[in-house]
Amino acid sequence: MSKTIVSLALVAVCGLSACMEKPQTLGTKSDAAPFTGTGDAPTAFVNGGWKAGDKTSWEQALRTRAQAGQNDYAKTN
Amino acid sequence: MARMKFICDAERCIECNGCVTACKNEHEVPWGVNRRRVVTLNDGVPGEKSISVACMHCSDAPCMAVCPVNCFYKTDEGVVLHDKDVCIGCGYCSYACPFGAPQFPSQGTFGVRGKMDKCTFCAGGPEANGSQAEFEKYGRNRLAEGKLPACAEMCSTKALLAGDGDVVADIFRNRVLKRNKGAEVWGWGTAYGSTKAGQPAKEGGKS
Repeated sequence: MSKTIVSLALVAVCGLSACMEKPQTLGTKSDAAPFTGTGDAPTAFVNGGWKAGDKTSWEQALRTRAQAGQNDYAKTN
Repeated sequence: MARMKFICDAERCIECNGCVTACKNEHEVPWGVNRRRVVTLNDGVPGEKSISVACMHCSDAPCMAVCPVNCFYKTDEGVVLHDKDVCIGCGYCSYACPFGAPQFPSQGTFGVRGKMDKCTFCAGGPEANGSQAEFEKYGRNRLAEGKLPACAEMCSTKALLAGDGDVVADIFRNRVLKRNKGAEVWGWGTAYGSTKAGQPAKEGGKS
């Protein structure tokens, strides 16, 4: 009898816990740094010339891309 | 690396709206939301100037300061991003932003005003880089692909420059020296100046 009561109480507690609010956290977000690359996502669109996870090579690739793509004086002169 | 920055060269912008189109296409931005816009000053008057405006990713971003739920964060590259899972669509950021960057879809979570959407400097959001979840909420993450924002890369006259602040400032400085005019960088002082972002420019200032 007491076992039945205890088990019923456990079921009731478990049932009630489903009604609790989801945890809501505010504050600083964690976002993977862009130089870590796209991870498991398809890499068909990734620009070559740098290694995922290597911040220095990523920065250099972006600098090169900015100069090559946006500095038309460098292209024409 | 220095901070990521935008520069719009008003001497070059021809109001083609290529940047606007590139942005909308790249990120599949819904109708009614324009992360980037082209604004023409003195439209129709000889000497009119056009500038392409979006989130400038301010050094001291006023949107971050006013957000009641702290949904904004700034990356190490100086890109101001936000978490749509936290945004409550209150619109405070829209009032605080000096560039009108925050946009609100007319259909969304909160009925007539959805969660805020803005330029991400093509850096996505807090979801995993390049994931489908990130794309659906924030668009493509081009920075994680080793690319620069689509708007600047698509700009036909290279009026819009984006990238490492040192690099784009050097490109712009070289242009001004060559043509010997047009040194005013619209919005630069407001976004990256020493005064607090969102404050009015000093008397006689261009930005």
